[in-house]
This record gives sequence, C-alpha cells and structure tokens, in this order.
Amino acid sequence: MVQLTLPANSRVAEGRHHRSADAGAKTRLFKIYRYDPDSGRTPRLDTFEVDLATCGPMVLDALIKIKNEIDPTLTFRRSCREGVCGSCAMNIDGTNTLACTKPIADIRGPVAVYPLPHMPVVKDLVTDLTVPYAQYASIQPWLQATTPPPTNRERRQSIEDRAELDGLWECVLCFCCQTSCPSYWWNGDRYLGPAVLLQAYRWIADSRDEFTGERLDDLEDPFRLYRCHTIMNCTNTCPKGLNPGRAIGEIKAALARRR
Amino acid sequence: MTTGDRPLSPHVSIYRKQITSVLSILHRITGVALSLGGLLFLYWIVAAAYGPQAFGTAQSVIGSPVGRLVLIGFTFSLFYHLLNGIRHLSWDVGLGFELATLRVTGWSVVALAVVLTGLTWLVVLL
Repeated sequence: MVQLTLPANSRVAEGRHHRSADAGAKTRLFKIYRYDPDSGRTPRLDTFEVDLATCGPMVLDALIKIKNEIDPTLTFRRSCREGVCGSCAMNIDGTNTLACTKPIADIRGPVAVYPLPHMPVVKDLVTDLTVPYAQYASIQPWLQATTPPPTNRERRQSIEDRAELDGLWECVLCFCCQTSCPSYWWNGDRYLGPAVLLQAYRWIADSRDEFTGERLDDLEDPFRLYRCHTIMNCTNTCPKGLNPGRAIGEIKAALARRR
Repeated sequence: MTTGDRPLSPHVSIYRKQITSVLSILHRITGVALSLGGLLFLYWIVAAAYGPQAFGTAQSVIGSPVGRLVLIGFTFSLFYHLLNGIRHLSWDVGLGFELATLRVTGWSVVALAVVLTGLTWLVVLL
C-alpha cells in the first residue's frame, strides 16, 4: 500500500554534530542516518565534519575515516571497495549507489547518506535484506534442463546466444535498483522488484535453459511482474550501468508474444 | 512482512526526483484528471438534456475563469496522457529503454503536450 509518511518509530530526528579538530578549507559535511536498536530511541541524522585533504576520494573512504577517527559505532556493510561485491549499497545524495564507487567530488554541498530506502533498518546503514533474497530464491536462479549435459564437455552456446546475457550477468545483487523502485516500496511483499526480475530474465534469455515456459508462467501475475509501471528509477540508479527496466520490458514482451 | 520493531528507512522524502519518475507520476495524475474531467463532461451533457435553465447554469460554471482553468488543465492532461501513452506502447514492444532515449522522449512529450494545449486554446479563443 502507498504510505508516503514514515511510521512513528521511523521518523528521523536531528542528531549530533561531530566537529573536526583540524577543520580546514577542504572540510565537507556528511549527514548520516543513524539508528541504534539498543538505545530505544528513534533514528537520527548525525552531522560529521570530514577533512577531505586526509581522506580517500570515494564516499566509502569518508565512512571508513569517520568510523576510524570520529565514531567507531558507525555501522555499514562493505567488503571489496571496488564495486564488485555490492555490499556498500546505500542512498547517497538522493539516489542509491555503491559507496565505494561514488566519488565525493560528484556531490555538491553536504553529503547525505541514508540506508537503502523503504527497508527495515538493522542498525545505521545496514538494512534487512531477507525479503529480496527470498524473492531471488523464488525465481530459481540456476540452469534448468531435462536434456542431460554432453559427456566430457560443457553445454555450449553460440557467440550470439552468449551475447544475449551481456548486461544481465554483471548484476551484483546490491539491490540499489530494487529499493529505488516506488512500486517496490508500496508492494514489496508481492512485487518481485527490478533486481529479481532482471535475474529472472537472465535465465529466460539463456539459450541453454529449457524451462523458459515455466519461468514465464511463474512471472505472469498482476503483482509479481506487472507492478512495474516503467518508472525507470531502477535503470537510473544502477551502479553497474545495467538496465533492469529493459529486462522487465523484455519479459512483458515475451509474455505478449507467446499468447 | 513482520520486521519486529525495526524502523523503516526513509523513501520518497529523501529520494531524488528525476525526469523519468516525475513523468511517471504525472501520467497517473493526468489519468485521474481525465476520469474526473469525464464526469464534468457528463454533467455538461446531462444539463443540456435537462433543460435550458440547467444548461445555462452549466455553461456559466464551465465558462467562468475557474472553469476555463479546469478545462485548460483537462486539455493538457488529455494531450500528455495520450503522448506518454505512446511511450508506454513502445516500451511494451521493448523499445526506448536507453537512458538517453528516455530523457529525449520524456522532454519531447512534455513540450509537445504544452504546444498542443496552447494551439488548441488559441483556436478556441480566437
């Protein structure tokens, strides 16, 4: 259901201002969403002064610097710091992206950092991704075939068939697109969302998969697929430059063609 | 979905508006406006069937400055919804999903809807 306002326990209060002792000309303000489940308080927005002269170029560098030097309780997920693991997905400067590949220099004014939108918050910038992971499992993201594989070699694909998977296999499941989608905000319990549908199409488009029909049957549903209204926040926000909006369009077109 | 007492992270209030999402919600809004405008049109016809006095009232309501403004809004809604509907049709056959294309078609639809609304009212008022 559409609910534009946040529930009472989720409203964001004004937080603390952490001043930097060595505040110079290259100081930037970072406004970061904080929530501590043990405090019994509602979330707040803390302000940190960060000296960019002693900080790496990416937003993740600033978060790590804050955690190391100002407030060790700041909590966020990160791992590869080069945009291949998808852990540090968060809302930066109003759009979802990976903190490790988002240059601070691209942002004007104070840098606003929030968790992925419309998700239950575990702590600070860490959200509970149980539902999208379960939705991902529901599309059975593995190769399915009744024909046994050829002996002593792989199931082969032509170069053209393999090219169909480009723009799909690169997805790192960071869920930036998933949580950027207003349809997913309002119907996330029943709508599969852009990330999961892009993955579903990755298997539909695979020439080696023999369960295309069953996969399409499973998606032909007013909620699972057709809550997509081509709002395109997904494609606008994808940190890997993929096009979930188009993948969903291809699924809809495939369903229309087989009628 | 039970999430215990976990707070919900902020969404519409913090998410940056972009041409694609704004035009999408505008499509919905103009759709609603067209439905309501249809009712207004129905009232106008029913008033005509009812008698000269009722029709006179309807004419003065619709012809008032506020009524005119509503009609201009209705005209824009009609053109915008029609043109953006064509974008939706092209998406349904898998065309026009590139970000650059989306921006060009989006702004074109807005510009065309404004121009067509202006032309229509130019013809009406002259």
